[in-house]
Amino acid sequence: MDLHIVWFVLWGVLWGGYFMLDGFVLGGGMLHRVLGRDDTDRRVLINSYGPVWDGNEVWLVTAGGATFAAFPTTYALMFSYLYTPLLLLLFALIVRGVSFEFRGKEDGALWKGCWDWAIVISSFIPALLFGVAFGNIFAGLPMDEAGYHGSLIYLLNPYGVVSGLLFVLLFLEHGALYAALKSTGALSRRAEETAKATWIPLLVVAVGFLGYSYFATRLYDNYLAAPVFAVVPLLAVAALLAVRLFLAKGKTLAAFTASCATILGVVFTGVIGLFPNLIPSNLDALYSLTIYNSSSSDYTLRIMTFVAFIFVPIVIAYKIWVYRLFRGRVSAETLAGDHEAY
Amino acid sequence: MDVLTLSRLQFAVTSMFHFIFVPLTLGLSVLVAAMETRYVVTGNEMYKRMTKFWGKLFLINFALGVVTGITLEFQFGMNWAEYSRYVGDIFGAPLAIEATVAFFLESVFIGVWAFGWNKVGKKMHAASIWIVALATNLSGLWILLANGWMQHPVGYVLRNGRAEMVDFMALITNPFGLLKFGHQIVSGYTVGAFFVMGVSAWHLLRGRNRDFFKASFGMAAVFALASTLMVAVIGDFHAVDVAKTQPAKFAAMESIWDSCRNAPMHLIAFPDEKNQCNLVSAFPVPGMLSLLAYHDLNAEVRGLNSFPKADRPPVLPVFLSFRAMVGLGTLFIVLAAVSIFFHRKNLLEKYPWFLRAMVLCIPLPYIANQLGWVVSEVGRQPWIVYGLMRTSDAVSKSIDLSQVIGSLLGFTLLYGLLGFVDIYLLAKFARKGPEETTIGATGAFGK
Repeated sequence: MDLHIVWFVLWGVLWGGYFMLDGFVLGGGMLHRVLGRDDTDRRVLINSYGPVWDGNEVWLVTAGGATFAAFPTTYALMFSYLYTPLLLLLFALIVRGVSFEFRGKEDGALWKGCWDWAIVISSFIPALLFGVAFGNIFAGLPMDEAGYHGSLIYLLNPYGVVSGLLFVLLFLEHGALYAALKSTGALSRRAEETAKATWIPLLVVAVGFLGYSYFATRLYDNYLAAPVFAVVPLLAVAALLAVRLFLAKGKTLAAFTASCATILGVVFTGVIGLFPNLIPSNLDALYSLTIYNSSSSDYTLRIMTFVAFIFVPIVIAYKIWVYRLFRGRVSAETLAGDHEAY
Repeated sequence: MDVLTLSRLQFAVTSMFHFIFVPLTLGLSVLVAAMETRYVVTGNEMYKRMTKFWGKLFLINFALGVVTGITLEFQFGMNWAEYSRYVGDIFGAPLAIEATVAFFLESVFIGVWAFGWNKVGKKMHAASIWIVALATNLSGLWILLANGWMQHPVGYVLRNGRAEMVDFMALITNPFGLLKFGHQIVSGYTVGAFFVMGVSAWHLLRGRNRDFFKASFGMAAVFALASTLMVAVIGDFHAVDVAKTQPAKFAAMESIWDSCRNAPMHLIAFPDEKNQCNLVSAFPVPGMLSLLAYHDLNAEVRGLNSFPKADRPPVLPVFLSFRAMVGLGTLFIVLAAVSIFFHRKNLLEKYPWFLRAMVLCIPLPYIANQLGWVVSEVGRQPWIVYGLMRTSDAVSKSIDLSQVIGSLLGFTLLYGLLGFVDIYLLAKFARKGPEETTIGATGAFGK
């Protein structure tokens, strides 16, 4: 078995897992002040992801660590090329984490208001930047033997921006569905309406993104070479349509599950299109970073595969256990009985 | 100032800030787990209140520890791209394994513990804080194995223009990493123990919740004595290993310029780097240094002058940090022993000066931890991987000065602000009594 391919798939799984799990926290965070009309609403929202957001963020750390261990050259170049956006991302993730923890530790309206806005902004920035970064990776970065020739402004090219917008809308939809699922009463209904309202712009941007990708990237080459893989983007689109269908029937859990599938579908549509590149060069394919020319040695890949095959299933098992443990809706009543909630 | 200097400064700022929170997480997680276990075993409600009171401080501290750790991982790629490329084949593995086997466990079960009081049974709840404590320690193990490899590279060959791993077992049994792990873990326990003793002392001085804080003080004092003794014992083994594997660092730690046998240790010394000698060296204890370094009175200790100038670490910061760290460590053992004695004889409240001293001592183990890292990391210079890669060759080529200036300013401002808020909150909740924070219609989290 080609371990490079194993790690390429695992790389996709880790990013897909991260976007699926942290996506609803980022989306909920962006909607924090729109859905949460008063303090109780906002506490319900924060407490709905309180027990899980920390574990969800670890998917990002693991995706980073796995890139470092399996594809060190890509790790080194990707993160130094994307220095400034990555920095903004780190600032945002730091602020978001402490906002959840600090918000309820003081009573003043100013204190809570500041952290509320911090949650909104620190959720929007990562959503947008992940989209911009992945759009640019899909399109390829201007790299040759002298290194990278872009800048922060370069990354904000039209395709990168459309991709950023797609991620923002995907997470908004995802976050609204999660809030609808985990809350009660007016808040839940408001979240459901928001999910419905977000769906049409999301569909428009998603279709636009798929069309634009044909011109801006070489993602479709692999699909033309092996049409069987087209099933992945088709499933992504079908899942997106299913979101609206389930919403119309009032089946929030099914709609949320479909939204999970949409996000995984979008990520794997990109990942399959990239293969065997991790970051293509849009100057000369010779300088593209591939899973072969930027990988670790076979020995390291074998060790890492061994570790991953033992521990990833264990991690998934206890994560499922925790989601089951904290299933059910959060409301003002459940918070009143719980002295340890945020 | 160039990209290299600023990148080093940034790594120092971000890792030292991260390291304000890590040692307390290490120590407090074990103490809180012990408290909750006592509650489960005895059914005594006071231990439940103890768990909640100290647990809240633990959570405030934990949040910043987690989010600032992410920065460190990504900085390897951002600022140290040449390093990441050259040694990623071997250095990336422990980081990825840390995330997979330890960080997930810690972050998932902290959620179960913080939010699960009404969701899981008593035993499962206590088990979840033990899992957090175990995972935090495990995290430290993998990170220090990674750092240990930078200090004493093993199990690799140079191939395809980089260091490639050939022996994973050598990496995970690297004595340097394991000793450093041992030394660091118990140093973290010391921070946790002195934190609990100091906060308890503050309350005892005010005569509030006396049983509660006496019990807290007593548990922490036992923990403090055990951990400070371990710090000293493992620290001694660690120093012996350093003398063997990093003789230049060891020479800087003791400010030894000329190699000699039967080397004395000077009780008072001060290095003069310019003239490559000591400005002062008085009160020699004959053969002491040879004995400490090699457990042999006649062993030869290499002096700094036997290394090319370009291979020597900056002597003064390493020397001063080492002396201060050892001095503080000795003080902690004495304080811990006196604490146990006073607690056992029920004398604590008879000697308010001692309680006041214990409050003032809260920051000292933090300082000792930071000094240890100065010895370790500054002492490794000019190497990023000892003997294999120089720090100056490790920095990213594609970043420019304005980016690093911007990021360094950003980190300093953001960390300054968050550090201020965090210390404010820790102090606020530490000063509240256990009843005020956890019993009543709305707990502090519940607002």
